[in-house]
Amino acid sequence: MTARYSIFSLLRNALSYHENWPAAWRSPEPKASYDVVIVGGGGHGLATAYYLAKEHKITNVAVLERGWLGGGNTGRNTTIVRSNYLWDESAALYEHALKLWETMSQELNYNVMFSQRGVLNLAHNQHDLRELSRRVNANRLNDVDSELLDARQVKEFCPIIDLRANGRYPVLGATLQRRGGTARHDAVAWGYARAADALGVDIIQECPVTGFRISNGRIQAVETGKGAIEAKKVALCVAGHTSVLAELAGFRLPIHSVPLQALVSEPVKPVIDCVVMSNAIHAYVSQSDKGELVIGAGTDKFIGYGQRGSLPVTEETLGAVCELFPMFRRMRMMRQWGGTVDTCPDASPIVSKTPVEGLYVNGGWGTGGFKSTPGSGWVYAHTIAEDRPHPLNEAFDMNRFVTGYLIDEHGAAAVAH
Amino acid sequence: MLLIPCPYCGERDETEFSYGGEAHIERPKEPDKLSDAEWADYVFMRPNSKGVLLERWVHSHGCRRWFNVARDTLTYKIHAVYKMGEKRPRVPKTDYV
Ligand SMILES: Cc1cc2nc3c(=O)[nH]c(=O)nc-3n(C[C@H](O)[C@H](O)[C@H](O)COP(=O)(O)OP(=O)(O)OC[C@H]3O[C@@H](n4cnc5c(N)ncnc54)[C@H](O)[C@@H]3O)c2cc1C
Ligand SMILES: [Zn+2]
Repeated sequence: MTARYSIFSLLRNALSYHENWPAAWRSPEPKASYDVVIVGGGGHGLATAYYLAKEHKITNVAVLERGWLGGGNTGRNTTIVRSNYLWDESAALYEHALKLWETMSQELNYNVMFSQRGVLNLAHNQHDLRELSRRVNANRLNDVDSELLDARQVKEFCPIIDLRANGRYPVLGATLQRRGGTARHDAVAWGYARAADALGVDIIQECPVTGFRISNGRIQAVETGKGAIEAKKVALCVAGHTSVLAELAGFRLPIHSVPLQALVSEPVKPVIDCVVMSNAIHAYVSQSDKGELVIGAGTDKFIGYGQRGSLPVTEETLGAVCELFPMFRRMRMMRQWGGTVDTCPDASPIVSKTPVEGLYVNGGWGTGGFKSTPGSGWVYAHTIAEDRPHPLNEAFDMNRFVTGYLIDEHGAAAVAH
Repeated sequence: MLLIPCPYCGERDETEFSYGGEAHIERPKEPDKLSDAEWADYVFMRPNSKGVLLERWVHSHGCRRWFNVARDTLTYKIHAVYKMGEKRPRVPKTDYV
């Protein structure tokens, strides 16, 4: 039984200098077979496991992670959460996720530090402004909270922005989603892992999946670093590696895996209490509770699995950040890193059945899938349990690239995270 | 930062180049005979290889010519550079998963 976290458990454990906390999840050896094997222990895979057990009562489940939990994009992202997407299909999916964020800490009994501090999306020219106001209107029709601010209101909301008329990137306005914000990325992986484990899910780290056994068009087992494991159903949730595993299973996807980078500064006193994003100049800033500026940059232009970002991209982003926030010019950066993000041609994800019976795919979230972690797990669990999509992810079938029913979210998601 | 050896100008910084994605994709010979699935395969589906990928680059801020590169997408090592129309080079096999 997993002990509940509470103020009392905190006090009790303080008496023993926090040295006796029980492990948050077991680390069992894999069994010979499972009802569902989930490949990939990032936020999406772990959330899927949790909702399979919780909502669908399927508990004979293993999550296989090649490295450590959240060591992929979950632990590398800039944690921006919002739901202001343009099209009805996306708005419904991301808004469902945002609602789950609002209750996640209570639901998981794990503080994911979800902070609805408001997300600004800047407009630097007339075109940006028109594009963003179109999106605000679409959002409101879909019951997604969204406001259009003029330059003065932007300055009120985020006083450190430089609005002098001679700035390199003039700010004409912005959209604001007040319910958007940030969360603690590792905590999301750990919280789902602990809650799924408590319901009986086996979480197995350092166990890469290296192949599939398929016969008569049906999945039979996965081959792993710890031997073959039989499975009635297998669910891919491997972000940047989606195409690599799809190829092993014998089908093709329209995904490009590219490096996306971020960096953090030295910690300083609170200076910015919201999230500021700019599509046009590839700069995203928020401040962590430790005081570090968390800065997201753009992607490299080439396919890359190297989990590091190219220096010219860093330079471009920091240049833009210093223009928008002149007071940051003398800040020192402490760390820079990259993740491999799986981008789709229409900047929308794939949550879908595949040509192989019993094999499912969840990927293509690209630069912006952290925000959807709970929603993605929720609809994917339904897709796996029922062997058909939930209405919320029906449109995100991989077959849309054949039918032409693309969900073009380049405005809301192509560069923005 | 990649250092890309343009076959016309020699080694230059990545910032001088633009990326053209996978090389050697052939335009369908009989477009009106293609099914929707075959079109989708031609337009959208890509190997997205982890390992050596044959890809196109253009030296936008230099000679402005297109050429092909054989690059390992995990280590970023460039194994070969060859001009458009030239034969594919022999490249080492990788088996990354
Ligand atoms: C720098 C950066 C900034 C970002 N900023 C944001 C943001 O602000 N907001 C936002 O919404 N999104 C953002 N994203 C995107 C977001 O991080 C991803 O879309 C999301 O984390 C994908 O979720 P995941 O849990 O599926 O991925 P991951 O955490 O990457 O999980 C996939 C897991 O699969 C494992 N795996 C791969 N291959 C195998 C195998 N063969 N066998 C077993 N396991 C395997 C990997 O090790 C990995 O742990 C950002 C991404 C990056 C890199
Ligand atoms: Zn050249």
